[in-house]
Amino acid sequence: MLKIENLHVYYGGIHAVKGVSLSIPKGHIVTLIGANGAGKSSTVRTVAGLERGKGSILYKDKNILGRPTEEIVRNGIALSPEGRRILPHLSVEENLRLGAYIRNDKAGIAEDLEWVFSLFPRLKERAWQAGGTLSGGEQQMLAVGRAMMSRPELLMLDEPSLGLAPLLVKEIFSIITKIRSLGTTILLIEQNAFAALSIANYAYILETGSVVLEGSGQELLHNPQVKAAYLG
Amino acid sequence: MSLHNMRNYICTALLTVILGLFLYYAENNLNPYSVRILNLLAINAILAISLNLIYGFTGMFSLGHAGFMAIGAYVCTLLILTPDQKVAMWLLEDMPDFLLHLSLPFFPAVILGGLVAMLFSLIIAVPSLRLGGDYLGIATLGFAEIIRVVITNIPSITNGSLGIKGIPEYANLWWNYGWLLFTLYFIYALLKSNVGNIFKAIRDDEIAARTMGVNAFFYKVLSFCVGGFFAGVGGALTATLISTIDPKMFNFMLTFNILMIVVAGGLGSITGSILGSVVITIMLEWLRIVEDPFSIGDFEVAGIPGMRMVIFSLMLLLIIIFRRSGLLGMREFSWDAVFNFFNRRKQEEWRRS
Repeated sequence: MLKIENLHVYYGGIHAVKGVSLSIPKGHIVTLIGANGAGKSSTVRTVAGLERGKGSILYKDKNILGRPTEEIVRNGIALSPEGRRILPHLSVEENLRLGAYIRNDKAGIAEDLEWVFSLFPRLKERAWQAGGTLSGGEQQMLAVGRAMMSRPELLMLDEPSLGLAPLLVKEIFSIITKIRSLGTTILLIEQNAFAALSIANYAYILETGSVVLEGSGQELLHNPQVKAAYLG
Repeated sequence: MSLHNMRNYICTALLTVILGLFLYYAENNLNPYSVRILNLLAINAILAISLNLIYGFTGMFSLGHAGFMAIGAYVCTLLILTPDQKVAMWLLEDMPDFLLHLSLPFFPAVILGGLVAMLFSLIIAVPSLRLGGDYLGIATLGFAEIIRVVITNIPSITNGSLGIKGIPEYANLWWNYGWLLFTLYFIYALLKSNVGNIFKAIRDDEIAARTMGVNAFFYKVLSFCVGGFFAGVGGALTATLISTIDPKMFNFMLTFNILMIVVAGGLGSITGSILGSVVITIMLEWLRIVEDPFSIGDFEVAGIPGMRMVIFSLMLLLIIIFRRSGLLGMREFSWDAVFNFFNRRKQEEWRRS
């Protein structure tokens, strides 16, 4: 579904992503794992059109590299950005409705809103509360729900477990697998290697801007190198 | 319409009628000085609301308001002056013929003033809205200065630095408060709609807004242009209220005054902008008493010109130190809040008895 070939991203003089290639088949969870500064976020931000890069990003065999973000979102790619980026002064429901900004089908939006609320009952309880007053875990749920409101075919999640208690991480990850079972393809960025590898069909490990290792989730979970570097 | 909404509509209508009655009373009974302050108050509120839309609701730090006001003021003035007045007043250079005979009634002239200001804000927005934060402030400040310098240097159209005097004083209480109500209604409706939420989303987190597929640039330009329109209208009303304009009037201090109202009232609150205009407009006049000579016991103090600005700046400092988000923060007036307040008090009394 998505094929990144030889992607390079620069920030001024810093070469953040150095020729990353990866492919995401339809209906899979693919995860990108790596330490801070490995180039994970830069890669997804470039896919989402927030950064410029060199190389090619083929989505359904069309190169989308360098296209504006709004066009990429309309084509069916949603990004739940790092750090949640909830709109603090809008209510939970308004946040979710803005997630469906590109859609015009009122009935469908209402349906998906109910669906998100059924997925995250806690958001329903707080529908009229300002986004900024939610706890970290609730904000993360809102960020995932908001990204789903555009009814994406490819959902990119940038560190959904960041700063969450282990129990909440488990909850978020079980919802991610649920979203996959409903037919959405997922690109998952994680530092929490164990949780990510456990649910991923395929994984890439990034170090200082390049892919150093790839394989199926289970394979990497038992790889001694990975164990030593990321699983402890 | 629910009973609840009906109640709110009726309250709003009543308040409008009360405002109307007050204006009628003011026009016939108050002295010209008080009427002038009431007029200034309305114009300041229009300007503050329009700047609040740009800065408080969309998060674009713009310092170009004086420039848009200048355009609105000059366009409107040129349209309402008669050819005779123009011939008599243009001393530096003669006015080109097509402008000399261009004449419109007051209302369309104000609208055209606003529209031309909006056109200029569009021209300024496209290159400079790619900048963010303080850089945008500096760029818009620069554009406002350019507008002022250009006005000074095209005497055949603007009468240059001599300015224009004897502008008919059309902007009475009814026009000014009519425009204020329209501005209020328009911007309130805009912010209540989905567009308002998009503005706030861009203000709070532009990246987040963009990842939802929002064309942030388009909405920023939209907000800037709507703000520019009402700034132009405010400028046109100012010109026809005080009957004299010249380029020096539209310098940075004017933008600063409006910015002060917006910040003191609360960034992101329309109610705050109105409250800010009331407080600051009245304070600026009332504080004139501190500039008069006075005596403490036997000690005579001569009048100190400029003293009110000192006190005023101190007041602003206090607001910024103790209420950083302004008098109202982001809160808005709503009938629901008013009724809830009274209901709660009633309930408390009932519980106590």
